[in-house]
Amino acid sequence: MSTYTSATDADRRAMLDEIGAMSIEQLFADIPGTLRLDRPLALPAGMAEQEVYEHLKELAARNVSAEDEISFLGAGMYDHYVPSLIDTLLSRSEFLTPYTPYQPEISQGGLQVMFEYQTAISELTGLPVSNASVYEGPSAVGAAAYLAKLANGRPRVLASRGVHPHSRETLTTLARGYGQTVEEIPLAAGATDLDALTAALGDEVSAVVLQQPSFLGTVEDIAALTAAAKTAGAIVICACDPIPLGILEPPGAQGVDIAVGEGQTLGNRLDYGGPSFGFFAAAQEHLRRMPGRIAGETVDVDGKRGFVLTLQTREQHIRREKATSNICTSQALNALAGVVYLGWLGRSGLVELGELLLQRTAYARETLCALDGVEALHEQPIVREFAVRLPGVDVDAVVERLAAEGINAGYRLGRSYPEYADGLLIALTEQRTRAQIDRFAEALGNALAAERGAAPAGVGA
Amino acid sequence: MSATTPHPAASAPGAGRSAIAAADDTLTIYERSQPGRHAFVAPALDVPERPLDELLPARLRRTMPAQLPEVSEPELVRHYHRLSKRNFDLDTGFYPLGSCTMKHNPKLHERVAALPGNARLHPLQDVKRAQGALELMWNLQESLGEIAGLPHVSLQPSAGSHGELAGVLLTRAYHEDRGEHRTKVLTPDTAHGTNPATVTMAGYEVVKVGTNADGGVDVDDLRAKADEQVACLMLTNPSTLGLFDPNIAEIAEIVHGVGATLYYDGANLNAIMGITRPGDMGFDIVHFNLHKSFTQPHGGGGPGAGPIAVSERIEPYLPRPQVVRREDDEAGFAFDLDEDRPKSIGKLRGFQGNYGVFVRSYAYIRSLGAEGLREASEVAVLNANYLLALLKRAGVAEYLPVAYDRVCMHEFVLSGAPMKRELGIRTLDLAKRLLDFGVHPPTVYFPLLVDEALLIEPTETETKETLDRFAEIVATILREAAEDPEIARNAPYSTPVRRLDEAAAAKRPVIRQPL
Repeated sequence: MSTYTSATDADRRAMLDEIGAMSIEQLFADIPGTLRLDRPLALPAGMAEQEVYEHLKELAARNVSAEDEISFLGAGMYDHYVPSLIDTLLSRSEFLTPYTPYQPEISQGGLQVMFEYQTAISELTGLPVSNASVYEGPSAVGAAAYLAKLANGRPRVLASRGVHPHSRETLTTLARGYGQTVEEIPLAAGATDLDALTAALGDEVSAVVLQQPSFLGTVEDIAALTAAAKTAGAIVICACDPIPLGILEPPGAQGVDIAVGEGQTLGNRLDYGGPSFGFFAAAQEHLRRMPGRIAGETVDVDGKRGFVLTLQTREQHIRREKATSNICTSQALNALAGVVYLGWLGRSGLVELGELLLQRTAYARETLCALDGVEALHEQPIVREFAVRLPGVDVDAVVERLAAEGINAGYRLGRSYPEYADGLLIALTEQRTRAQIDRFAEALGNALAAERGAAPAGVGA
Repeated sequence: MSATTPHPAASAPGAGRSAIAAADDTLTIYERSQPGRHAFVAPALDVPERPLDELLPARLRRTMPAQLPEVSEPELVRHYHRLSKRNFDLDTGFYPLGSCTMKHNPKLHERVAALPGNARLHPLQDVKRAQGALELMWNLQESLGEIAGLPHVSLQPSAGSHGELAGVLLTRAYHEDRGEHRTKVLTPDTAHGTNPATVTMAGYEVVKVGTNADGGVDVDDLRAKADEQVACLMLTNPSTLGLFDPNIAEIAEIVHGVGATLYYDGANLNAIMGITRPGDMGFDIVHFNLHKSFTQPHGGGGPGAGPIAVSERIEPYLPRPQVVRREDDEAGFAFDLDEDRPKSIGKLRGFQGNYGVFVRSYAYIRSLGAEGLREASEVAVLNANYLLALLKRAGVAEYLPVAYDRVCMHEFVLSGAPMKRELGIRTLDLAKRLLDFGVHPPTVYFPLLVDEALLIEPTETETKETLDRFAEIVATILREAAEDPEIARNAPYSTPVRRLDEAAAAKRPVIRQPL
């Protein structure tokens, strides 16, 4: 058992003498006896480091990770390759172990990272103002709607059904607190229905929430949707996957007011869903309503260039109940991974990666949809993810058959879209090769044939 | 940074270098960019290439690439390596930042979090193939529930402030389910800023409760303000003054008497693990800061995690999904994610929470066990009281008196008001001068009700020698200020940059690199 403490018996005696106390027990005298825990906590006994390692290794071995199978599972987090230099840089104690840079003189590294990160997010989204990270993607959508509420005070939020189900549900949870209602805009042919959006708009609409690409992989016509929303004076929020943004028209150029998103794809591990980071960028007029930390450039008393946390009068530790958000600890280390990753990809690399995904995803959609029993769920343009239907078979059973072959077939859309009970959402990263796509197609073909053969005898193989 | 008294004239390690070299230290990655350089090599295109226009209409495509830097891998590594050296960190030295619990971050935790079964596990993996992760989460839930003395835990919130928001939204759901519509939430004037900010985001009005002469909640003021419109009292105990409120049972009675919930801000849990439990004190909802008491590295401002533990009456409203253990014929039991929670407040974020943080905190709890956690809290309180005793000695106490002269818990508050009056240096100046001695300053100017406050939390992982040295440094700075206050007023001298113009940064914000 290690407590990572170093107080020896002699230390304790000397320290208690200095305090003027007889025992450590005496230091807890303010806690009434009736409230004391009169037994040890019911927890397992402590263990040596190597025993803890063995235990955690054994638990981890019971998970099937992207290391163990060929995974086409995405739906919000993606198995991109994380370059080695990220592990090296993030494990540096100077990045790993300090807290929020309250003392800028000894935090220039972290503050400059924030500044560089803000620049990169601003470039990706085409919006002038970025903060230094929020928690993650779906809660960033909720934070963006809160900004819209602060800006225009209107009560309704419209969210496309193409927005990630977790984002829509998080938005609904948070909006109930700050007093907005969330309504859904349906999809038509796999994309946000512009006519339905137009019909739902009105001067009570605070914000319209879109996603690019949508949960179904569709590259949405953000410009057209945004133009419609703007006629009703609504603030447009777009949740974006940052990798496709390398080749897609940036939301800022399409009139979007606030771009947010899940940053996991930028150099962060899957980690069973976190920690990653959320990004948050906005038009200039929202600068003083932004949530979270923002680093700014300045000079020191000697005229040397330096960076500080700035515009802190927005923040909870200064403004308390009048703050623009309650966020304090965000995701600085994950945002560092993000900016290092973007530097690693570089100007041309982000485009090359996007185009590679575009080509391989197109190949995968074509190859899979050529199979007997597979149909495209929609024909919209896609970059890295697409949806198919497997009509007439039990999708769960098909997915299980593929899992037995070491292939993770993707996300069963029926888990969150009852109207697509036979749907499968398939994602690619640069780690999925043509050979793997071909193997997937072969295995899927076999599984479908087997299921069709098995079906008359009863489903549930 | 030097261990002996740094002379104010002695300047940065870089002072002897040329101006060119010094300026080079602050170049951004964008300023190091040269057209044509790159680190990334794309995997080969192994599928038949099709024209872009066929795949993605030109009007949807970007016409100009994002202006990311163009740098080689060696430059990229050197740049961020160099930036890292411009940070002070916990592995370098003492970091007594009050209310932040800057305790040692065990290195084992990075190793286990990086195991591929954790690091490359997709959050939507079928639960059948994520049993190890779910068991870990379930075990962590059980452990946190036991530590809090509350039976039900959700790991979902991403940080303390997110846990607070969860707690207030749970309160709202609880009251609404009973047909009650309440409008106010009480917070003490000593509260963390996140508390009142959370209350506003959750749609309530903040009502402040005063502090009594002993540093506890002013019970009469609480009684006067507690009415049927009050939804919740948010409390930190020990408070941000580092004091345990002995009236907690009476406070709980008043709050419950008007049908409100009692919320525990777990930022200060490090004082009481295994000694007393929020649930036993009468709290309904607790949040934990896994990046404080449970050793998740602070990362320069995250990631953290802010799980919550709640009482039976709040359980139905917990966020979705919940990790549950079900009976199973084959394995005895199996773990699952339960989405079917009709009264739930819903999701607070995507997926299951900051799992990588859970791995580290679980490893910590398994390393220490019941006995170790209690010892950690005992030594945290011993260290704080010892440092307080040292700072009560002549030469310090007359300038930096303790704000409330009682036995403290894991942290304590000094007031720099006499120092400012007698020596002409402010708390800020003392903090900046500490930087020259290789120490991270305490939290300053918080809590707000103490003039020129210094909130000092040494944690249990510091040695007696470190505390002795810190007390000596403070005494040295005060002696120095008595002779020449200008030294502290102009500090620091040995840091990569000196005092920065924050006013100019806020007035004309430059928050991105012009490209």
